[in-house]
Amino acid sequence: MTYSAFSVFLSVLVATGAAAIDFEVVDTPHDGGGSLTLRWEPVARSAVAESVISLGLFRTDGSGEPRGKRADLAFGDSTFFDERLTNGQRYTYEIEAVFPSTITVLARAEGTPSLQWFRTDRIAVFFGVVLFTGLLLWFTYHARSGRQMFIRRIAGLEAVDEAIGRATEMGKPIMYIPGISSMEDVATIASVQILAQVAKKAGEYGTRLMVPNRDPIVMAVAQEIVKESYNQIGRPDLYIQDDIYYVTYSQFGYAAAVSGIMLRERPAANFLLGMFYAESLILSETGNTTGAIQIAGTDSDAQLPFFITSCDYTLIGEELYAASVYLSREPMLLGSLKAQDFAKAAVLALILIGTLLSIAGDTQFAGAFR
Amino acid sequence: MHLSPEPGVWLAAILTLAGFSFLWKDNPMFKVMEHMLVGVSAGYYLVQYAYSAIFKKLYVPLVKQGNLLFAGCAVLGLMAFARLFPKRSWLSRYPVAFYVAAGAGYSVPSTIQARVIKQMQVTMINVFDQGSLGAGVSSFLLFVGVITVLLYFFFSAEHRGPLGAASKIGIVTLMIGFGASFGYTVMSRITLLIGRFQFLLGDWLGFL
Repeated sequence: MTYSAFSVFLSVLVATGAAAIDFEVVDTPHDGGGSLTLRWEPVARSAVAESVISLGLFRTDGSGEPRGKRADLAFGDSTFFDERLTNGQRYTYEIEAVFPSTITVLARAEGTPSLQWFRTDRIAVFFGVVLFTGLLLWFTYHARSGRQMFIRRIAGLEAVDEAIGRATEMGKPIMYIPGISSMEDVATIASVQILAQVAKKAGEYGTRLMVPNRDPIVMAVAQEIVKESYNQIGRPDLYIQDDIYYVTYSQFGYAAAVSGIMLRERPAANFLLGMFYAESLILSETGNTTGAIQIAGTDSDAQLPFFITSCDYTLIGEELYAASVYLSREPMLLGSLKAQDFAKAAVLALILIGTLLSIAGDTQFAGAFR
Repeated sequence: MHLSPEPGVWLAAILTLAGFSFLWKDNPMFKVMEHMLVGVSAGYYLVQYAYSAIFKKLYVPLVKQGNLLFAGCAVLGLMAFARLFPKRSWLSRYPVAFYVAAGAGYSVPSTIQARVIKQMQVTMINVFDQGSLGAGVSSFLLFVGVITVLLYFFFSAEHRGPLGAASKIGIVTLMIGFGASFGYTVMSRITLLIGRFQFLLGDWLGFL
């Protein structure tokens, strides 16, 4: 953290009887530069003079630009963030009180904005990432070396085979909805990994798989994944690109279209796995009315209640991330799940230690987690 | 009763009723509404993205401002279209890989900060020093909830014995949270429904 500013206390006070105030301009800490933070002690009207009309903040810089007003200040204000500044340039600020016949400078201070390469206030995040990466590498190494790793039963995933088998017996398709978020969303990444396993199983049974998409990039990934899955089980002939299709980017346009498709195609099994928003209940309720077996999962806590009430099985939060590991047992993913579990254990231990220390009166430990 | 003379209001009202008709069953009116919504929205987003992404975020910085860094972005973007040519479709995997990796890398620190570190900080408090009995009990429940929910999401051990008991408390805590969230969201949806009825009865039919 670099504080390149200094405070100037000004005692220019004239016949108005106005009092000087402490005023400082500091570089806004932990930012990418271009910003200064101005702080002063709140000014009461009575402390300046009853006849004061208003307070104003003015700025001058060294670039030759004329002095300009930055803001009207209210009595009681104590901070101001000035943004879109040039790094390395010195700026001078003045707080002025306007009287009926005169203007008085209450305080003046200077500061220089600069960028910080590292956010030292986020050191806990850094250690968190390092710890997790270490665990990830360790467990992946052990999983690859053939060590057996236990994962507890996840009820919703036991039903995947049942759902696909039911669709096969009924001669109806399976609908897989990968959520409506984009590809950088963790839930979408987890969803397309599960899609690979569902596609393999659907391919083994020769059951048609439909994947309507809201995001074009998710659609491209889903097409690649389904194609690859069919190739892996030796059934590339099953791949129909038109079954993994784009609908529209509009949230409710997508919901309306998929609801309509559910009623017309009557899929026997619906998978709603990924990130969902307000359309979650529309989709799951429509699927419910068609009598399809429904397996849903999301990490959106606002949408989980809707899935729980209208679907047969729901993967709650992190169960969605664990699902692809559970279904595939792939060493790389298994190592990642184990790393997550041990990271959770570490978080648990830190919370217990922090709480005990807080009860004992030491708040420094908890304060480090900002 | 004063029927609206505006064609736009009539169209919106008919489409609203077409949407509601889905509650009865799939029917031609709903199909028309559905296809209009999908078609209009697809066209709208095509124009919007062509302007906000291709023009504002690529053409302006690359051509007008001469920032050559954006040429790399343009190449990556064009590679995505390789999907249209089966023999070169493998090229489209690179922009997707870049997009997913950049997105995941970008979201990791912010997710750890917002969902892990912050949660830890607010949990590590002295429950005996919260000012009032109510606040103390609330903090204690928060602490128990966080610990037991964390234990519920522990996949490396069977949920039996003490772990099973703790995870049961965890799932009950989650369900209480979901129940509250469900009620809250349903209320907000009812507000939307009221808004639609106000439009139908007021703006369209003039009853209100």
